Amino acid sequence: MNPVSHVRLKNVSKTFTRGRDRSRVVALDDVSLEVAKGEVFGVIGHSGAGKSTLIRLINGLEAPTTGEVWVGDQQITALSEKDRRGVRRDIGMIFQQFNLFRSRTVAGNVAYPLKVAGVGRAERDRRVARLLDFVGLLDRAHDHPEQLSGGQKQRVGIARALANEPSLLLADEATSALDPKTTAEVLTLLGRVNKELGVTILLITHELDVIRTVADRVAVMESGRIAETGTVYDVFANPRSTVAADFVRDALRDRPSPEVLARLRRTHTGRLVTVAVRSRTGLAKTFLAYGVAADLVFGGVSELQERAVGSLTFELTGPDDGIDAALAALRADGVDVTEESD
Amino acid sequence: MDEFLTNLPVFREAIGTTFYIVGISVVVGGLLGLALGLVLYATRPGSLLASRAVFIVVNLLVNIVRPIPFVIFLLALQPVMLATIGTTIGADAVTFGLTLAAAFAVSRIVEQNLVAVEPGVIEAARAAGARPLSILFTVVVPEALGPVILGYTFIFVGVVDMSAQAGLVGGGGLGDYAVTYGSQRYNWPVVYLTVATIIVIVQAGQFLGNFLARRALRR
Ligand SMILES: Nc1ncnc2c1ncn2[C@@H]1O[C@H](COP(=O)(O)OP(=O)(O)OP(=O)(O)O)[C@@H](O)[C@H]1O
Ligand SMILES: [Mg+2]
Repeated sequence: MNPVSHVRLKNVSKTFTRGRDRSRVVALDDVSLEVAKGEVFGVIGHSGAGKSTLIRLINGLEAPTTGEVWVGDQQITALSEKDRRGVRRDIGMIFQQFNLFRSRTVAGNVAYPLKVAGVGRAERDRRVARLLDFVGLLDRAHDHPEQLSGGQKQRVGIARALANEPSLLLADEATSALDPKTTAEVLTLLGRVNKELGVTILLITHELDVIRTVADRVAVMESGRIAETGTVYDVFANPRSTVAADFVRDALRDRPSPEVLARLRRTHTGRLVTVAVRSRTGLAKTFLAYGVAADLVFGGVSELQERAVGSLTFELTGPDDGIDAALAALRADGVDVTEESD
Repeated sequence: MDEFLTNLPVFREAIGTTFYIVGISVVVGGLLGLALGLVLYATRPGSLLASRAVFIVVNLLVNIVRPIPFVIFLLALQPVMLATIGTTIGADAVTFGLTLAAAFAVSRIVEQNLVAVEPGVIEAARAAGARPLSILFTVVVPEALGPVILGYTFIFVGVVDMSAQAGLVGGGGLGDYAVTYGSQRYNWPVVYLTVATIIVIVQAGQFLGNFLARRALRR
């Protein structure tokens, strides 16, 4: 086994049987996945893709129908329930709805996993204070969860998940109930958890923004299968699957939809080409060299892992052979150019 | 009124008897009901200690006993009373029956309120590595405490009500007093005084219940 892998799923499938008619739902279909120690790994997929099921297999809250789940050098599926409880203490988990105990104070929530693990009172108090300080809520220790905002609740959730100093943190849609600004704060905190504490993070989401803010690598899921896996830049700069391409288009809104294209055609008489923006493309110089006028009509450029990503749509006017030659020159340079056909 | 004053010791005794019947029924029946309710909750399918067999048996028992009208329940219990407390009449017999009736009623209230606890918090406790029994007592019960206390209060009012009815079958207490010294002698002030006393007892219980529930819910 790869010594640096922290979580490993080998050909995992999960089938649920539901209701009186025993109808079967395939939530996961032959999923294999490897999360390296110390990385932030994102899983993105639409609702019902099987993301929650996948994450719950990892701490053994759910058992796979077939396949193996490994965390470190332990095969979760082969452990007794008692041993699985031991493994869970080394895995933190945070949730979309925070799932804080309303019957406990903020400090009481954070102390809970420590009590479960049998940590003594003095040590518990010390650790709770340190954790609340880490998430910036030391002054709210004696408040009750309902007195906090959503973002603060999730920070308590994070402090609670980190109480037993886990090496792995599972995040199930941890920011989906939050507004964009609070989402950014929580993601920044997760980034710190990863960088400052060295915790491996597996987070699942249906928002590309979450992935591109914190994740190093990503798996794109669709209908219980993994459509593609890779670094966040590779997967979203050059999506090979339709799901991934759809997520990118929805997030960047950089490529014209058929309706937009039709509208552009009515108002623009020149040839329309869309150029993928990656690093430097030398567009302007090339068009100039071939006597082609390029008018920007649509597009969007954004940043992924500190590199440019997006696309620009131009209306090109000039001699047809000049345009052809310019496009050929760009393609020869490795630039991804698509002429929008009628 | 003069007659009432001469009967004052009897009135005091009636209050004492009512407190005795209600107190034991609420405390002992409440604890028994709590235990039954915990079993119902924990053994139901998909729950913390799911056990089909236990759940079916306990659930059936509660379903059978609960709808029986209290007075008939007392009659049906007579052989059991003879075997256990040696009598079928008087305050002890009423207390015995009322304790069991309260236990069955409380069991459902406890079960319902525990079922209403958000699955998410149980998931969070499981993810922290807690054992099922520990989750039951350190998470589920505390999370449901406020509504459970309100449920207990509701049962308390019912127990006071039933204790007064039971007085009619010779159990003593305020119900018995109102009939014997009040209505049978056309002494309406006595009846109304008894009613007022019962209202005060119920109100006091309700107030205490609301207070405790508010503390548990922090609202
Ligand atoms: N306990 C269960 N019993 C039956 N079916 C289930 C169960 N849990 C999940 N499923 C089904 O498995 C599929 C995947 O569900 P899952 O919750 O993993 O999706 P998800 O990607 O997390 O979706 P969402 O984004 O909506 O949370 C769905 O069709 C769901 O209905
Ligand atoms: Mg989900």
